[in-house]
Formats: sequence, structure tokens, C-alpha cells
Amino acid sequence: MSVYVNKDTKVIVQGITGSTALFHTKQMLEYGTKVVGGTSPGKGGQEVEGVPVFNTVEEAVKETGANASVIYVPAPFAADAILEAVDAELDLVICITEHIPVLDMVKVKRAMEGSKTRLVGPNCPGVITPDESKIGIMPGYIHKKGHIGVVSRSGTLTYEAVHQLSTEGYGQSTAVGIGGDPVNGTDFIDVLKAFNEDPETEAVVMIGEIGGTAEEEAAEWVKANMTKPVVGFIGGATAPPGKRMGHAGAIISGGKGTADEKKRIMKESGIAVAETPADIGETMIKVLEEKGLAKKCKTVQ
Amino acid sequence: MNIHEYQAKEIFREYNVAVPNSKVAFSVDEAVEAAKELTTDVKVVKAQIHAGGRGKAGGVKIAKNMDEVKQYADEILGKTLVTHQTGPDGKEVKRLLIEEGCDIKNEYYLGVVLDRATSSVVMMGSEEGGTEIEEVAAETPEKIFKEVVDPVVGLSPYQARRLAFNMNIPKEYVGKAVKFMMSLYKVFVEKDCSIAEINPLVTTGDGEVIALDAKLNFDDNALFRQKDIQELRDLDEEDEKEIEASKYDLSYVALDGNIGCMVNGAGLAMSTMDIIKHYGGEPANFLDVGGGATTEKVTEAFKIILSDQNVKGIFVNIFGGIMKCDVIAEGVVEATKQVGLEMPLVVRLEGTNVDQGKKILDESGLNITSAESMADGANKIVSLVK
Repeated sequence: MSVYVNKDTKVIVQGITGSTALFHTKQMLEYGTKVVGGTSPGKGGQEVEGVPVFNTVEEAVKETGANASVIYVPAPFAADAILEAVDAELDLVICITEHIPVLDMVKVKRAMEGSKTRLVGPNCPGVITPDESKIGIMPGYIHKKGHIGVVSRSGTLTYEAVHQLSTEGYGQSTAVGIGGDPVNGTDFIDVLKAFNEDPETEAVVMIGEIGGTAEEEAAEWVKANMTKPVVGFIGGATAPPGKRMGHAGAIISGGKGTADEKKRIMKESGIAVAETPADIGETMIKVLEEKGLAKKCKTVQ
Repeated sequence: MNIHEYQAKEIFREYNVAVPNSKVAFSVDEAVEAAKELTTDVKVVKAQIHAGGRGKAGGVKIAKNMDEVKQYADEILGKTLVTHQTGPDGKEVKRLLIEEGCDIKNEYYLGVVLDRATSSVVMMGSEEGGTEIEEVAAETPEKIFKEVVDPVVGLSPYQARRLAFNMNIPKEYVGKAVKFMMSLYKVFVEKDCSIAEINPLVTTGDGEVIALDAKLNFDDNALFRQKDIQELRDLDEEDEKEIEASKYDLSYVALDGNIGCMVNGAGLAMSTMDIIKHYGGEPANFLDVGGGATTEKVTEAFKIILSDQNVKGIFVNIFGGIMKCDVIAEGVVEATKQVGLEMPLVVRLEGTNVDQGKKILDESGLNITSAESMADGANKIVSLVK
């Protein structure tokens, strides 16, 4: 078991003929991901990396039986690409594209109400279930199969956490990057719920950053519902207020969204908070030892 | 992106959002000329900088006659205003807005923002105009009213009406307030704003509802489709290094420390600042080279870091995903060839194409301290610059 993706997930790549998409299609195929097709309007009928290209998502799904898509389409057209995937009734749509106008995402969220599709992202690294399926841009080799769920707003910080866990011998069930934009598809609580219900997952790492109140809400949810231990980290403790730190969502404004406040509420909710980004792995090991889960979770020798 | 009050008011006029008559002036003579075209006896001379709190800092003056317009314009132009939003160095005033005075009955607050919790645009209003909305939110949160807007339908008149009544706007003004709100919402969505704030919104003795102040911020990600907004950018209001970085789509924020940072990914970049501080150092900047960086971009990023006189050492922390380590390595080598490197450089590479990246750095002959992890790298750079 795992969360959102597994070895049977059949994925199409939207915008497959772009250079970034091509590079990562190759990486995904090498990892063993079932990439069954791609789309690029006007280039239907071609083949890239041994994968058939279609003009529309509808056609790609009909021909390949895909149940997921990953989007590399440039920002001005990415919201439209998400809507096309939703229209084709895919179970899962992962949008890697960054810099999508936020009002486009407001409309997408509204249009997705009541649909069966789960959107992960945008502006995210994707989702990986180690040794089964990697959908996105994360470096595959750092991930090891195991029992720690990882959920994060930041791509590279996810790699950092995963790398620390793998190096210490603690593999992951699934790692989900939810993205750093203020309006996104899947949020912390969605992923925490999924990990809570996943029999393979024994503990969860949750990585947030300054801005917004998603971490606070997730912490409240953990306090009320989570049966598995959670380790947290918040990036941006030293960021000055009023300055946007790269991600559109990462800004402290009007005294809201500070790292201190987030950490305080996480700790109150029983989450073990790593004080530096280098301590995420160690903090998790300590928690696993306390709960008697260390032996079970040490899946890498 | 931010713009000046006078630019925001020009946009408002296009959309029939009521504002007082006013004109921008870049010199004292222009200020006097502008004042002559206005019809009221009382004129307001307002400093135009990208920061709030101008009134308290002496950047807004009421002139009762032309002599006073001239006197205040002379006083404010060229003056450095220090407000709670400018930082301790303040900002020099280079533009003025000369505006008609008005007979204020009451002051209100009106704002439009993106609400992350509902993934929607929210219009909020309060009868506590003139004060900082954060203060109102902290002290009397019950006086802030919100309307969540459905993006398909847009702001409905009933919502604007409800908001106006909740704000205690007298009923004879409600019709005009509703018109104002509907037009303001239109500006927000059509111009891809991230914040539209009117503080204060006022009712006047002659029955009008108008914006005395106007603050508009725009979504940087949408500027590609807002060409007219791009033209309103005032480079005087921005840090030189940040301007240079923006030319190459690099996300850079200048800070006060002496350790230059080059990182990929915003979360990792912020955390790199955090860990440098943890080991007792001070970061000189936040710099996210992004995912699609080329060797050229990385080279420019490196040059921008080196152009900061305070920088005494550099920490490159890369965890390649979409970004490839070999591209970073080539950029670092290229930049140091072009501009030289006379300070400690610590590089930590991990992720996509890490082996190729390390090989390029090894073969470059550069004096690079390599780090095995983020903590190792931060520790090393902090001790090297001490």
C-alpha cells in the first residue's frame, strides 16, 4: 500500500515535448514509472522516448487507459491543462509548473468542486512511492522503500528530509510535495489523512514554511485525529516580514504566518518540531525510538 | 509588484472607482502647475513612495493656498521619509501627488485580498478607517466584515450592500458605496491584483464615496498578460541587486549579513538562511535560482552575490531535482572565471546529476571547500568568514 501512486499508476505527461518534460519523462521511465503517453497539441502521432504523443488528454486517456497525469505545460497555459485533465476524469493530476497566476488557480479550484480528480500542486516536485512509481521531478535515487510518509510545501526541502531519512536507513512509504503556492489542490490535511489510513505508513514528516495558516490548521487536525507520530519543520524562521521568499505563498504579513507561531502550535499539537533543517532525520529517529517503531521503520541496511 | 498611489488612482479612474481630482508632479514647478488645475481651495501635497505610514513621517500636508503648495512641495521633494515600512534608511521622495481637498464626513477601510483558507478573493471592510487594519484585527476583530467572492459569479450587489451596511455606512451613501465596491472588484480581477486597499475610503459632505488613498499590488506571475502594469514599475523603489536578479528570473532578496547564499528552491533557500543563523552567521541574501536555470543564469546569480560589498564568503547549497548539479557547477566555474573569486566558497551538491557536477568542480582547479551536507556546509562557511 501507499498513498496516491503505486506500481499500477498509469501516467500521461502533459506538455511532453518540452525540454524539461522530455528530460523528466526519461527519468520517470528509468525509475520504472508507467508512463503510457503524453500530450502536445499538434504533435499527436509522434513518439518521444518510446511514448506515444496525443493532441488531447481525452484521446490519450482513451487510447492508453491512463489514470493520472503530470503537467509540465508553461505557466500561462497550465491552468487550462489542469482543467483538461479534470475534464478527462483522471484520478490524479500532478502539476509541476510554477508561476501560475493565482487568480487562474482560484478559478480552477472552483471548477474542480465536485469532480473526482485529485490535484497535487501546482509548483510542486510531485509524488513518489519508492521502488514503485515516481511522478514528478524529484531525484529518484535518494528515496528508499519504507514506512515514513513525507508531506511538504517545498520541493528541495523534501529532498533534504528524504535524503536524511534514507541515509539513516529509514525508507519512505510515499513522499508528497503539495507545492508552495497560496492556492493549491491537495493540502496538508488531505495528505495527513491519507497517511493516517495507509497501513504501510508508521510515521509522518510534515515540512512547512512561513506564510498562510495551513500548518496551524494541519496541526489542529493532527491533535484531534492523527494516530501516528508526526515530525515537523518550518522553513523561514529568519526571514524578514513583508518580503516574499521566492514562493508566492511564503510571506509574513500583518504579523501572520511566522515560523515561531507555526512551531508553537505544532508543538502544542504533539508534533515533534526539528529546530534546524539538518535535524529532521534525527528528530524522526528519536520519535521512532520513543514509540518503539525504530526497528520496524529501519528498512535500509 | 507595487505601484504608486497616483498610478493606482489613474487605474481607478479608468474603472470609475471614485477618486479625488489629482495630478502627479516631479518638481516644485510641476506641483504648482498641477495645483492651478484643481478646483478646490484646499489642496493636499502627498509624497509618492512605495510605503505606508507617509502621513506620520511628514509626507502628507494640507495646503490652504498656492504659497503653501509651493512651500510643502519644496519641503517634501527630495526628503527621505522613514516609516514603519521603509526600513531604517528610509526612502527619498521623487514624486508628489497634488490632490483636491475634500469635506470628509467619515473614514472607512476597504480591502480586497486573496484568502488562502477559502481559495477565493475576499472583500473586507471596516468602519475603523484610517488606522492600520492589522491593529483593528488585533483589537476589535468584530469590526471587520468579509465577503467571500465566487470567482464564477463575481462580487454580487447584495454582498456589496451587506458589507456597506455592516460597515455602518449611512444609507444615503450605500448606493454609491456599492458602485465603488463593484468597480474595485473589477479592477482587482481584470488587473490581476494581489492586494487592493483603500484606507481611508471616505464619505464626503457633497454625498460622494471616494478613495482618499489607494494601494495596489499585483501578482508577479500574471504580469506577462498585464503589459500596461509592467510599465508602471518604478525602479527607484527597488534594490539594485534585486532588479538585476529579476532580469534573469532569479528570486533574490537582499539581507544585512555577510554570507552570500545560492540555493535552488525557495524552501531550501529559506532554510539555508535559517541554518547559517543557527551556526552563528548572518546571511547576505535569499537567492533561489529556480528550477529551469541555465548556466548563464547561474553565472549571473553568482555575479549578483559577488557585487554585494558586504559578502565575505559564499555558500552554494544545491539539491538538484528539476535543477541539474552539472548546470550549477558550470555556472559557478564560469562566473569565477569572469569576475574572479577572492573569498571562501563552500559548495554542497546533491541530487540530479550530482556526480557530473562534482567532477566539473574538481577539475576546475578552483579553491572550493566541499561540504557533505547542509549542516556541514553551513558550519564550514560560518567558520571561514569569521
